[in-house]
Amino acid sequence: MSKTDALSHEADRGGPRQPLILARNLKKHFPVRSGLFNRQTATVHAVDDLSFEVRKGETLGIVGESGCGKSTTARLLIGLMELDDGSIIFDGDILGSDISLKDMRRSVQMVFQDSYASLNPRLTISDTIAFGPKVQGLSDPKDRARHLMARVGLDPNRFAHRYPHELSGGQRQRVNIARALAMSPRLVILDEAVSALDKSVEAQVLNLLTDLRVEFGLTYIFISHDLNVVRYISDRVLVMYLGEVVEIGPVDAIYAKQAHPYTASLFAAMPSMDPDNRTQEPPLAGDPPNPIDPPPGCRFHTRCRFAEHVCRDKRPALAAFGDDPDHLAACHLRDPSSGHSLAGKEIAA
Amino acid sequence: MTTVEKTQSPMLIYLLRRLLYVVPVAIGVSIICFLLVHIAPGDPLTSIMAVDATQEEQAAMRAAYGLDKPLPVQYGIWIGKAATGDLGQSIATGRPVVGEVFNAVRNSLLLAVAASLIAFPTGLFLGFVAGYFRDTVVDKAITAVAITGVSLPNYWLGIVLVIVFSVTLGWLPAMGAGPGSSGGSADWAWNWAHIRHLVLPAVTLSVVPIGIVARTVRALVGDIFSMDFVQALYAKGLNHGAVLRHVVRNAAPTAMSVMGIQLGYLLGGSILIETVFNWPGSGFLLSNAIFQRDLPLLQGTILVLALFFIFANLVVDVAQAAIDPRIKRN
Amino acid sequence: MASAISPLAASSPSGTTVTAPKTRSYWSNVLRRFLKDRIAVACAVILLLLILAAIFAPWLDLADPYRGSMIKRLRPIGTEGLPLGSDEQGRDMLARLIYGGRLTLLIGLLPVVFAFFIATVLGVAAGYAGGWVNTVIMRTVDVFFAFPSVLLAIAISGALGAGIVNSLVSLTIVFIPPITRVAESVTSSVRSLDYIDAARASGGNALTIVRVHVLGNVLGPIFVYATSLTSVCMILAAGLSFLGIGVKPPEPEWGLMLNTLRTAIYVNPIVAALPGVMIFITSLCLNLLSDGLRSAMNVKD
Repeated sequence: MSKTDALSHEADRGGPRQPLILARNLKKHFPVRSGLFNRQTATVHAVDDLSFEVRKGETLGIVGESGCGKSTTARLLIGLMELDDGSIIFDGDILGSDISLKDMRRSVQMVFQDSYASLNPRLTISDTIAFGPKVQGLSDPKDRARHLMARVGLDPNRFAHRYPHELSGGQRQRVNIARALAMSPRLVILDEAVSALDKSVEAQVLNLLTDLRVEFGLTYIFISHDLNVVRYISDRVLVMYLGEVVEIGPVDAIYAKQAHPYTASLFAAMPSMDPDNRTQEPPLAGDPPNPIDPPPGCRFHTRCRFAEHVCRDKRPALAAFGDDPDHLAACHLRDPSSGHSLAGKEIAA
Repeated sequence: MTTVEKTQSPMLIYLLRRLLYVVPVAIGVSIICFLLVHIAPGDPLTSIMAVDATQEEQAAMRAAYGLDKPLPVQYGIWIGKAATGDLGQSIATGRPVVGEVFNAVRNSLLLAVAASLIAFPTGLFLGFVAGYFRDTVVDKAITAVAITGVSLPNYWLGIVLVIVFSVTLGWLPAMGAGPGSSGGSADWAWNWAHIRHLVLPAVTLSVVPIGIVARTVRALVGDIFSMDFVQALYAKGLNHGAVLRHVVRNAAPTAMSVMGIQLGYLLGGSILIETVFNWPGSGFLLSNAIFQRDLPLLQGTILVLALFFIFANLVVDVAQAAIDPRIKRN
Repeated sequence: MASAISPLAASSPSGTTVTAPKTRSYWSNVLRRFLKDRIAVACAVILLLLILAAIFAPWLDLADPYRGSMIKRLRPIGTEGLPLGSDEQGRDMLARLIYGGRLTLLIGLLPVVFAFFIATVLGVAAGYAGGWVNTVIMRTVDVFFAFPSVLLAIAISGALGAGIVNSLVSLTIVFIPPITRVAESVTSSVRSLDYIDAARASGGNALTIVRVHVLGNVLGPIFVYATSLTSVCMILAAGLSFLGIGVKPPEPEWGLMLNTLRTAIYVNPIVAALPGVMIFITSLCLNLLSDGLRSAMNVKD
């Protein structure tokens, strides 16, 4: 437990400089059982020693390939999974000692990817939205539901008594947003929340999310595999690979220049609107990441074209990249003292 | 994916795991059989105790049967003996339960196998035809037959068949298992004198599984025909026969498992039919045990039948795993 | 946030007129589909008639189902004053068949109802809680599953002895394991859906989530499965009486009547087969009704 981190922010607990979420060394491993007696034969390192902060009022984008631990991180933050190790500090309060999960749950809500599976087919829209406020004992859950429906663009008179199957995907995702907002949260985790929508609907929902953030003073964690969408909505971006942070920084800085070779290859794989800027080479070689017993050292070394001995032996730490103290990357290339032959040289990752 | 799967065959692991799983279930089953005697109202010794037995005589008898010890100890003694093939003595006849049960189970098995030889080909054929001609008149007719089959109280059907074929037409015998059969034993022989006794009970017993197998296979085959891969096979240019082979291969594991379970049910479920036809099988033994309140016999018969059922399920699961590639992946 | 919640804000953003369109709930859809299924409706009507006749038998101006007559034994169908003939003790078959529905339907249906409630509690608890709760419940169920249902029913009834209550107990025990299995599997698949996670993230406790979000989605499939067992239960219940370990004479009960009339098959076979016809019709209707319910409720096997 990182008691010191919490204490160092004690002075500003609840103040504007205190990050809304401080995640310290989060760890979540899943046992893989097989064989005759169901013994644990391997471990899925879903999230490994993951540390980051979410600042008040910002949108933090989290990107990475599927299986990199994005969704596990979301479920850890919202308390749907228990941490194996590490700590979550919510606005200065350590979860589990200063603040209970039950209390934090009101402040942290989530919008899921599958708009259909995330709505109870047997409940009307207004009952779904009102469920949270009702169990939390908030006043007038029904009124709250109607108001929020109107706010997310669903006429309560038309939709309140409908069932999920009578709605379109975009409408259902609006319901999910309203359900999250009904708890008056401070942080909303959007886990691939627009990924399943048509492009035109996606844009509408993104605009709605942007408006709501200002109106309700929200903070977002925006998980997506779509780098274009992440750029549009995020202030900062966190890049995950096999359960670890490989790079984090302001959206403009990262989109302008990627410090980590993995980030660079992710961006190279991004479809471009500019025909002159098409990808020339296959960006990511090798097998897709397998979080079962990941490689030692830098986890990306098996697929990295700059990999050297040091990358296999030593795990790189997150360190500032360039002039921006906010832009961090975990790569031996960016650490002059790492012993990597290209370390500190100006190369385009 | 992991090293384990490379070094050990998943099929072998499945087999061993399935075998290990039998142990706790068998223990549970034996506990239930043991407790049957103890949920029975009254004293298990009432039926053999002299009406005028004194307190001391009663206590002595209780001690002789081990009934004065606490339940777990009694269970330990009973299961210990059972494991060595000693299921005690029948209270009514005084003969060892094991011998009586195995004679009876052999006769029941004969009946169950005969019934499945009628039921499975018929059920498979009807189900396949109905699934192939889905939503046609043929399908509707077969579905009607199948649902009639599963709805028939088979003990009543047995009586009706006796009325028609024995009483009215006089073609087939109504009772017993042929010459030499009496009580719990039968001198079975593969001659017409004996086989004609098998016909009515076997047909009666086959009706429910015909309905169940036909219904299952119809749904299976119908579903498979509506799947994309069948269209792809036709598109690939395969002829009708080749496509049918693919369909059969896809339906086989589930159909097999249903039939295997039905075989087990036939063995345990023939009790009513055996009563109707006075067939000297386990059902006959069981009803004798119940009416003579011969609790050791009741206990032993049920234990043997349940263990047989577990064994049948085990064989079915293993056979299914052997032909279904999907199971190996788990 | 609190200030933003005002009645004024609830006005429609798109400015459409206030009309509340009729949206059909799941159950009204089910009813509509069911009523279109002519066979299922016919079966429901037949079953209803059988049940009503059984309940109101004393007001139907029937003969006394218990009073026999040595001179009127085994009369054929259509005999003067005995429309369906008489049984081996000269009792009126029509009266006995109608009165027989009372116990037969009771013992044939109640165990599934009891088992439905008990197994739903067990299965939903096992499926929602998972972990050791699941292990304890489901492994126990496995043990009972190791018995063929007929054998288990006869074993328990045989040990307990004949009687209505004993039959109800043994049949309930027989039907708890299969329903529990279905309830557990349906519940654990619902449990893994995002809306349950969303409800948990809202801070609802397990009981509230089960009540609001789980039950509504699992009761349908469990219910349909339970109805598919009623036919078997019916046949088994009558079968126990047929064996002599169910209802005791002289009560009219179809299985028992079939048993006592067995000796009459040489004299009056048609009358002797009548109780079985009743069992068959009831069980057929139960099966067809269950199939109709299944497709009306859109439940997959």
